[in-house]
Amino acid sequence: MARPDDLDGPWDVVVVGGGNAALCAAITAAEAGARVLILESAPKAMRGGNSRHTRNFRCMHRAPMSVLTDAYGEDEYLDDLMLVTRGKTDEALARMTIRESEDCLPWMEAHGVRFQPSLSGTLSLGRTNAFFLGGGKALVNAYYNTAEDLGVRVAYQAEVTHVGIEAGRFSHVVARIGATERRIEGRAAVLASGGFQADLDWLTRAWGPAAANFLIRGTPYNRGVVLRDMIEQGCETVGDPTQCHAVAIDGRAPKYDGGIVTRLDCVPFSVVVNREARRFYDEGEDVWPKRYAIWGRLVAGQPGQVAYAVIDAKARELFMPSVFPPEQADTVATLGERLGLDGAALAQTVAEFNAACRPGRFHPTEKDGLATDGLTPPKTNWARPLDTPPFYGYQLRPGVTFTYLGLKVSDRAQVQTPQGPLENVWAAGEIMAGSILGEGYLAGFGMTIGTVFGRIAGREAAAHVA
Amino acid sequence: MSPDLHAEARRQIEICNACRYCEGYCAVFPALMRQTVFADGDITQLANLCHNCRGCYYACQYTPPHEFALNLPGILAEVRQDSWERLAWPAPLARRFHESGVALAGALIVGIALIFLALTALRPASGEGFYAYLSHGAMVAIFAPAFLMPLAAIGVALGRYWREVGGGALRLRHLRAALGDAARLRNLGGGQGQGCNFEIEDRFSDRRRRAHQALVLGFLLCFGATSAGTVMHYLMDWPAPYPLLSLPKLLGVPGGMLMVAGAAGLVHLKLRAERELGSARVWGGEIGFILLLGIVAATGLALMAFGGAVWLALHLGAVLSFFLLMPYSKMVHGFYRLAALAADARAREARGSADAAD
Ligand SMILES: Cc1cc2nc3c(=O)[nH]c(=O)nc-3n(C[C@H](O)[C@H](O)[C@H](O)COP(=O)(O)OP(=O)(O)OC[C@H]3O[C@@H](n4cnc5c(N)ncnc54)[C@H](O)[C@@H]3O)c2cc1C
Ligand code: HEM
Ligand code: SF4
Ligand code: SF4
Repeated sequence: MARPDDLDGPWDVVVVGGGNAALCAAITAAEAGARVLILESAPKAMRGGNSRHTRNFRCMHRAPMSVLTDAYGEDEYLDDLMLVTRGKTDEALARMTIRESEDCLPWMEAHGVRFQPSLSGTLSLGRTNAFFLGGGKALVNAYYNTAEDLGVRVAYQAEVTHVGIEAGRFSHVVARIGATERRIEGRAAVLASGGFQADLDWLTRAWGPAAANFLIRGTPYNRGVVLRDMIEQGCETVGDPTQCHAVAIDGRAPKYDGGIVTRLDCVPFSVVVNREARRFYDEGEDVWPKRYAIWGRLVAGQPGQVAYAVIDAKARELFMPSVFPPEQADTVATLGERLGLDGAALAQTVAEFNAACRPGRFHPTEKDGLATDGLTPPKTNWARPLDTPPFYGYQLRPGVTFTYLGLKVSDRAQVQTPQGPLENVWAAGEIMAGSILGEGYLAGFGMTIGTVFGRIAGREAAAHVA
Repeated sequence: MSPDLHAEARRQIEICNACRYCEGYCAVFPALMRQTVFADGDITQLANLCHNCRGCYYACQYTPPHEFALNLPGILAEVRQDSWERLAWPAPLARRFHESGVALAGALIVGIALIFLALTALRPASGEGFYAYLSHGAMVAIFAPAFLMPLAAIGVALGRYWREVGGGALRLRHLRAALGDAARLRNLGGGQGQGCNFEIEDRFSDRRRRAHQALVLGFLLCFGATSAGTVMHYLMDWPAPYPLLSLPKLLGVPGGMLMVAGAAGLVHLKLRAERELGSARVWGGEIGFILLLGIVAATGLALMAFGGAVWLALHLGAVLSFFLLMPYSKMVHGFYRLAALAADARAREARGSADAAD
């Protein structure tokens, strides 16, 4: 933690947040000659927000580039985005982001990020997504080192509670540093403090009481304090304030920060039941990468926001290993009891499911059409009877990745008010991602938005103070 | 086996297997991803494959204070260290010397004292150079068993290791692959040659690898110098002392200097590194071992420069204790690591052909 007197400045650019977007902005501004201060609310050991949990970013390229194979053009990229957002995007901003992503990769390498060929088990992303060697925390570390070498000052455990705007101009922030509240002045501000998903009260107000049972996949520090402060000061917003991106994860995951390892890929090969041991949705609707996002909502809609995936021994090796070992038993009924369910009811559900399975070719990696017959809801692919002990069970809960509500920005990342843009305030990353990602999620696009807008914000802020 | 260590290592390895972000750093991750169930022997093998580059510690989003509390380099170092002590023959000797630099220093003093005793008791009537103090025959009588017996003990330990990890049938090509990996210290290279995360936390540096390579190259040169002397003595009937422009000196002088420089470098780096990312319990023994290597080389250089009974006793005493301690000190790491690399080369190959058969 910084000694308070180190932070007096004067600062050209005050960067709020310490994740990918913040670091890209700070590095860009410092390289342009600005005196930059980063205020990160997490302690050093937990710095880097949700960015520390990431593994790749999605990058347009016209020819093979670094670890990326083949080509991935602007139109194809945009089509992919249109598909997941169902058109809820600002096409001009989206196109600009996509085009800029091509320059990001060499810039990232030049600033210490290392890439590796796509991780095993994710070969389908090898063309579109560049994976970070060591994952997002390695990226964050590299950026902090680069920033430090450029003379950027970083204060940890420094939570910004208020952004001072006077007559349309940013003048200072108020930050809680350790036990003291301080006013820190600056000539420009970059807001890169993420979404509000870690504020469970806010989430509950937006979503309803069920949200209290949600797990937060990323950092506990993204509580939307700055976002709310800016909204209260009249800034324009984008994105559905009631929605969040949620996936079904291992129910035993920690409340916060469980990250990537808590994902469970077993659903397509399972019978999934709710607390009453009843099925509620087609587990085999599509391949898992295309369906995992809807299961967050599905589980959130069940009583107690919990569900249970049951497989038999045949399926055990078909998906990535889980971080916690599953419950296990030699009969379905016993497994049910171990999971805390009514064992007889689970056995009944599985028996009905088994009776509805038909013979046919099973193919784990593509839609195989192996569907149940006369069952509601049906399972339309990968429907094989659960008949080979031991049986395994996993508890599922909704895990929130991020929220959609954000600050509206221009294509130069300037924060908007009904009276026009704030002269010297820029925003980057999740705090403004709703402008482009109004719904759904495209793997690797969060880091693309943060990198593109972080660099723009840093550049514009530095130009403003120059 | 040490149930607690293996259980904790298994817990962490299973988290890594669900994550895999570190797959590009070293051979450990591809090896662990080939499995879903980890027997104790598998964990011993992974531990000996790990080069303690620490990349996977600083890149890990789950290190303390996160409740998953990952410290993979640390737990693998503990398992590895435990395996060297457990599999040593005879085992009780090993723990003492591995842990304690003081014990190593004690052994050094005993070694030097023994040589002094030999010098006074066995002083020959004639002879040139250091043979004026200790006859060639006496030297061979002391050092041949002092070299061969520890090697035999290491052989026994390696046999136990191979059985524990289920090494399987070894081919020359596996050994070749292992020697290539060892020479380049590929697994200390961070996966892309940027080095490891040893002495400057999350920044990469190749200094540890370079220092180690200097030390090993120096060691091999010194070994070559001794071998050349032996050949010259027996086959060419040309006993020591040798002139400056002879093979033993041409190899020995730069070899000794490289060893001293490498050892100094390793100590320097080790003083800066975080102890908890290795086996903190044996830190003293490890420092003692590096110093012992440095002393072996430095006294050898001094003997060449100044001659005399005192330097002779110091050098031969250091060499004697180094040899005798080989199976019971950090020196075994080279043997275990070669074995682990060879076993991994074999496992990769087996996996490759399984893929082809699918
Ligand atoms: C488990 C997981 C995996 C993901 N994987 C990927 C992936 O592979 N690829 C991808 O593109 N996206 C991925 N995402 C999404 C991605 O993490 C985000 O889109 C991206 O990290 C957003 O970057 P950011 O800099 O805007 O926010 P963050 O990285 O979350 O940074 C926000 C920062 O602001 C700080 N902060 C918050 N409030 C304050 C305050 N009041 N004062 C001071 N500081 C504050 C926080 O401590 C944090 O440092 C993943 C998300 C999760 C949860
Ligand atoms: C045969 C192949 C060898 C391999 C693969 C190898 C590998 C390694 C590795 C990975 C380390 C760092 C991790 C650790 O501390 O355990 C290490 C440390 C060390 N090695 Fe080797 N080594 C080999 C041979 C040798 C030889 C022949 C010597 C000296 C004669 C030697 C001397 C040392 C020393 C002194 C250290 C300790 C450094 C420290 O504690 O910081 N090694 N070795
Ligand atoms: S060390 Fe951490 S980041 Fe690396 S693979 Fe293991 S869990 Fe993942
Ligand atoms: S410390 Fe280095 S060598 Fe060991 S497992 Fe981690 S990355 Fe691999």
